[in-house]
Amino acid sequence: MKRTIKVANLARVEGEGALDLVISDGRVVKANFSIFESPRFFEAFLQGRRAAEAPDLTARICGICPVAYQMSSVHALESILGLDLPAPWRQLRRLLYCGEWLESHALHIYFLHAPDFLGYPSGLALAQDFPETVKEGLAIKKAGNDLVSLLGGREVHPMNVRVGGFYRTPTPAALQTLVPQLEKALALAQKTVRWVASFTFPDATWDYEFVVLRHPQDYPLCEGRLVSNRGLDIAAADFEDHIAEEHVRHSNALQGFLLPRGAYLVGPLARFALNYDRLSPLARQAAQEVGLAPACTNPFQSIIVRSIELVFACEEALRLIRTYTRPPRPYLEAPWRPGRGSAITEAPRGILYHRYTVDNQGIIQDARIVPPTAQNQKTIEGDLCRVAAQHLHLDDQGLTHILEQAIRNYDPCISCATHCLRLNVIRT
Amino acid sequence: MGARLKLAVWKFASCDGCQLSLLNLEDQLLALTDYLNVAYFLEASSAVAPGPYDLSLVEGSITTPADAKRIRQIRRVSKAVAAIGACATAGGIQALRNFADINTYIPIVYAQPGYIRTLADSTPLAQHIKIDLELPGCPINKYQLLEVIKALIQGRRPRFPQESVCSTCKRLGIICVMVAEGQPCLGPVTQAGCGALCPASHRGCYGCFGPKENPNTASLAARFRQLGVAEADIVRLFRTFTAAAAPFRQESLAHETNH
Repeated sequence: MKRTIKVANLARVEGEGALDLVISDGRVVKANFSIFESPRFFEAFLQGRRAAEAPDLTARICGICPVAYQMSSVHALESILGLDLPAPWRQLRRLLYCGEWLESHALHIYFLHAPDFLGYPSGLALAQDFPETVKEGLAIKKAGNDLVSLLGGREVHPMNVRVGGFYRTPTPAALQTLVPQLEKALALAQKTVRWVASFTFPDATWDYEFVVLRHPQDYPLCEGRLVSNRGLDIAAADFEDHIAEEHVRHSNALQGFLLPRGAYLVGPLARFALNYDRLSPLARQAAQEVGLAPACTNPFQSIIVRSIELVFACEEALRLIRTYTRPPRPYLEAPWRPGRGSAITEAPRGILYHRYTVDNQGIIQDARIVPPTAQNQKTIEGDLCRVAAQHLHLDDQGLTHILEQAIRNYDPCISCATHCLRLNVIRT
Repeated sequence: MGARLKLAVWKFASCDGCQLSLLNLEDQLLALTDYLNVAYFLEASSAVAPGPYDLSLVEGSITTPADAKRIRQIRRVSKAVAAIGACATAGGIQALRNFADINTYIPIVYAQPGYIRTLADSTPLAQHIKIDLELPGCPINKYQLLEVIKALIQGRRPRFPQESVCSTCKRLGIICVMVAEGQPCLGPVTQAGCGALCPASHRGCYGCFGPKENPNTASLAARFRQLGVAEADIVRLFRTFTAAAAPFRQESLAHETNH
């Protein structure tokens, strides 16, 4: 007997994707996570643009994680210039990134993912019954957005980031104004960990290859080597020797795979598993309290890991503000020279790779961008097969629901994945 | 209180940033649901109510044959359609393809060009359907979005400044980055609404709100040339997030030497 599960338009994901599952004689024969959002061709139109434009242009790949694009692009380009920015600028960039993690994770936890566990269609519907809870989520999200606005100029597509630093740096006093809000967000993030840990999770523990940045001291944001739990240990510059992308018919996003092993997982679960020892003290304590330390391999529990990362991001932001001294200049400059530069940073959804080749005028000859959701596609499809196989006894509605949830575990950002998705049917 | 307005939020080729602006109204969002029935908003909700809708907010540009069909269907089920953001109002950054041959673009990104279905041009919604209101910006200003929703609830026309970024700078007392520092700035020809964020950070406006009404782009380009900006850079300045908006498009083409 053949059974087909189709979701033409996935909800509560960023961008446009679909799910296609075929079960034949009690076996899953096809599990496609399709990305049909229309391609936008960023790598193509970056050719011939000034390298200095890359942070502003690539930010437009994603309205939810523009800071990630800005951070990967500036680090890649600064490596060509030979600019290794000193501490104050690096701290400001970490701080800006903490803002984006807070905004993005809080949105996913409260509006996109928690409704799955509690049986609501949306965060807004959840708010009808639990207004205080959702307001707390919004307060965390707002703390993140306010941080991004203060440092970046605005929440979506900040305009204050540039190669070499910032256009304008904040005064310590300006950053201090965020402290009360971040302290409140920290307490609410700790509460979030306890709240989401109380959800009922499907039994699912799988063996993943986690791929993440690893830094000598810090929980990774902008810096570190790319490592995995199966022996990968490379510099950003060697990324393309180890990770390839393939173009499959059902997706307008290229799918990343690790040579020679195939699917791998990037994002919160991977960061938590391989960087637990680098978490801030309260984040580690929050993980211990809910019994999640030191690793978690159940993708449905990624919501707990994201909330632990909320604790981290608040605590780290507060630390960075406390120790901030304003850099002597807003940015550093160096003359353009021909070269090839790459960088990887940890976007909320996982590692984001940028590589540019520029000429002696600073004009981009070639660009390559590999976003986290593209890298997770194969793993998501693997999860769909495994989850479906475990839940074949459910009726179509129940099976569809848990499969959609399996996709949302990854907080997939489809706009990112297609930077290069589309809707076939309008339901009226 | 009357019946709640039935709201739909749609997405075409875009980054999600403009629809996210609705969720970024953290202080107003829950109160808004007293007045709004969010009937279709896939990014935020898996509950989908059928049309017709009182207001459709549409993000993104039209880039595929299927999307060109879908936007007409949305028009049919919507009393009012608001195009939100640079993609929906001007084709967005992906309209940079309009200046190139798309068939040279696809293989740069995709190994199997045969799998890709796309139109040669990225176009704004107004080229496909009648639009009731356009909200500029890459991204939009979320408070302008709030004004659109409030105006509709109150049954009045929304109020927006119809002036250039220059006027915002003057009002805020921001020192002119072009006059004082010789930086090229698109402020004189760019629609206000962002709060002059770039000049306030000592950088020239990069035009993300698109052209204001009747912009004198030629005069501004002449000034850029006096400041020593190369022709190729003048092309780049007018060719970013609203590159396909007529005044910016024409000005960029005028400086393209191989044209």
